[in-house]
Amino acid sequence: MSAMIEVQVTDVRQLTPVVREFTFVALDGTLPGFSCGSHVQVVLPIEGRTLRNAYSLMSDPRETGVYRIAVRLQEASRGGSRYLHEQVRVGDRLRIGVPSNLFALHSQAHHHILVAGGIGITPFMAYLAELEARGASFELHYAYRSGLTDAYGDELRERLGERFHGYDAAAGQRLDCTSLFAGKPLGSHLYVCGPQRLLDELKLLASAHGWSAGRLHWEAFAAPEPGQPFTVELTRSGQRLQVPGDHSLLEALEAAGVEVPNLCRGGVCGQCTTRYLSGEVEHRDHYLGEQQRGEALMPCVSRGGCSGTLLLDL
Amino acid sequence: MPVVMKPVETYRGDFTFSNSPQAIARFPFPFAEDSYMYSVNIEPATPREPGSVFEHWFDIDEHYVSEMAERGCVLEKDPQRCLVMPHMAQAAWDTLEMLMEHLAADYPEHFALERDGDQWLWINRPLGIDQRFTFGDASTLPFEPLEYITRQAQGDFAVLDQRDGDLFMDAGMVTCPADWSIKFDAGMSFKQWHAPVPGVAHQLGVFDRALKYLLNIQVGHPVRRLNWTMTINPRMDTSSETFHEWGHERGLVTPENVARLVHLRVELQFMPRLPRSNALLFGIRTYLISLEELASNPVWACRLHRVLRDLPDEIADYKGLTRYRQTVVDWLRQFDPQAKAA
Repeated sequence: MSAMIEVQVTDVRQLTPVVREFTFVALDGTLPGFSCGSHVQVVLPIEGRTLRNAYSLMSDPRETGVYRIAVRLQEASRGGSRYLHEQVRVGDRLRIGVPSNLFALHSQAHHHILVAGGIGITPFMAYLAELEARGASFELHYAYRSGLTDAYGDELRERLGERFHGYDAAAGQRLDCTSLFAGKPLGSHLYVCGPQRLLDELKLLASAHGWSAGRLHWEAFAAPEPGQPFTVELTRSGQRLQVPGDHSLLEALEAAGVEVPNLCRGGVCGQCTTRYLSGEVEHRDHYLGEQQRGEALMPCVSRGGCSGTLLLDL
Repeated sequence: MPVVMKPVETYRGDFTFSNSPQAIARFPFPFAEDSYMYSVNIEPATPREPGSVFEHWFDIDEHYVSEMAERGCVLEKDPQRCLVMPHMAQAAWDTLEMLMEHLAADYPEHFALERDGDQWLWINRPLGIDQRFTFGDASTLPFEPLEYITRQAQGDFAVLDQRDGDLFMDAGMVTCPADWSIKFDAGMSFKQWHAPVPGVAHQLGVFDRALKYLLNIQVGHPVRRLNWTMTINPRMDTSSETFHEWGHERGLVTPENVARLVHLRVELQFMPRLPRSNALLFGIRTYLISLEELASNPVWACRLHRVLRDLPDEIADYKGLTRYRQTVVDWLRQFDPQAKAA
C-alpha cells in the first residue's frame, strides 16, 4: 500500500440526487500530478472500521493542486458512498492514496471511442482535457438516466457538440452497442467505464467484430460485493481470523496488521495476489487464469468458503 | 554539503578524468556478495545517507561540468542520440519538470526554478544558464524539451511509453550507453531490448517479474537498481555506434597498465513514474572508477577479485570482459587474503 496523502475537502456539490462531487486540496505541500484515467483510494472511517474505496479523478490534470471526484450513492453498498454523501462536509479531512492509473489513454490509437454508463463518466471528464490538447479524434457516448445519473451531461453536450452522444434511459433511449463498432476508422480504440454488464457486452461485441484485445480498454467500478463470513488461517504467523460478511479478505488482513501489497482493490491489477494452501475459494477477480486460481487468490475481492478454513501462505 | 565541481576533464582522447577521494568514497560499489548472478534487484528508491549517491533522485557530483561538456560533444557529432517520438511530447515535458524541480530543491547552490503559472525561469549556475520559457511551449526553448533538460543532467535517460501491459522505448537521450544504441532500440518493448542479455537471466524469469514491478510504479514512489560492467579508459560514450573507436582498446590491457586502464562501470538506474503522461522514466546514472582508485578500498578489491574470478563465462562475454579478464583477476589477487594464502 503506497503512502497516504492528507487532504481537506474544499468544495462539495450535489450534482444530482445520487451524485455528489468533492474537491480536495493537500493539507501539506502539493498534490502529485496525475495522468487522465487515474483513480485514488479514499479512506472512509465508518463506524469504527475502515473502508477504502477507489474513485476516478475527474478533474483536469492541468489544474494542479486540486483533485476532484464524483461519487454515486449506491443503495446496496457497504456504506462507503453513503458515508461520503451523508457525513463528509467542506472543511473535513480525509486520507487518500497516491493516484494510480489502470485506465490510461493508448498512445497509438488513431481514434478514441469513449463509452460511459452512469457514474462511469468520471474518468472521461479527465480524458477530455488531454484529448482536446492533443487535437485527438474522439467521440463520447454517455448512457444515463436524466435527473439521476446524468452528471455533467449539459456541460459535455455544450463542450463536445457533435462528438457527444447521449442516451437518456428516462426517455427510452438506449445505447446500441453494436453501432459503436460500425464504420470506425482503422486504429480506433474503445474505452468503457460503467456497470459490469456494459463491459461484458462490449467485450463480446469487440471480439465478434474481430477487434484485437489491445484495442478495448475498460475500468470496472468493481467494489467488493458483500458475502458470507469465513475463517482464515495464516500459515507463517499462525494467526486465525474471522472475515465478516461485509469485509473483504484484504480489509480483514489489514485490520489484523497484515499488510499485503495492493493497488486497485477491485480484483484487476494483480498486486495483492496471495498463495493459498488449502480451503475453498470463491474467486471474484478478473486477473488470475484458471490454473493460477488453483493456488492463488486476490484477497481484495475473493472470499473463502463458508465451511472450513482458508489457509493462506502469509 | 555543497557539491564542488571540478574543472573540465575529458572522457576521450587524453582521458584526464579521475576521481577525488570523496568521489571514490561515495562510489556505488555494486557487489553485496563475493559472487554475481542476475536477479530482480529492484528496490524502492528511498533516500539514503546524506552525501551518498542514493540521497537524491538525481545525483549531481564533481564531474557535472565535465560530463555535460562530453554530452555536448557527442551530440555535435551525432544529434540523433536524442530521440523523441511525437506521442512522447507530454512525457518529455514531464521529464523536464521533474528534473528541474528536483535539481532546484536538492542543489539550491547550483540550480533555481521560479514559476508563475506557465511562465518559468530556470537557472543553472555551473553552466551559466538563465532561461525564461513557457512551460508546454517548445518554441520558447532553444532545444526540444527532453534534449534541453538532459543536456543539464548527468546520465542517460530512456523514456518508456506504458501500453498493452508493456513498456516501449519511444524516447531518450543516450550519450553514455554500455554498448547499446537508442537508434537501434527505438520502439522496442521491454523484453525485446533486453533480448541480448544472456539466456540465464531470461530463464530465471527475471524480466517477467521486473516488468510487472515496473508497470506498477506509482507517482512519487520510484524504484532503483544497480547494474555493472567494465570499460577500458574512463570513456563515457561506449555506444554501439562508436564501437570502431573503442572496441579495440580491450586488447591494449597489460599487467603494467591494467590498474590505470581498466575501469569498473556502475549504472545507478532510477525509475520514477512521470505524472501527466503516465510514462516511465528510466534514468541511467553512470559512475566510473579505475582499478587503481578502487583498490584504495581493500575490501572492494578483494570482493571484485572473487566476483570476476568466478563470473560465469557467458556473463563475462556479454559484458565484454573476456580479452582482459585474466589480467584483471591476476592484478586483483594481491588484495585477496584467501587467494594469496592458497
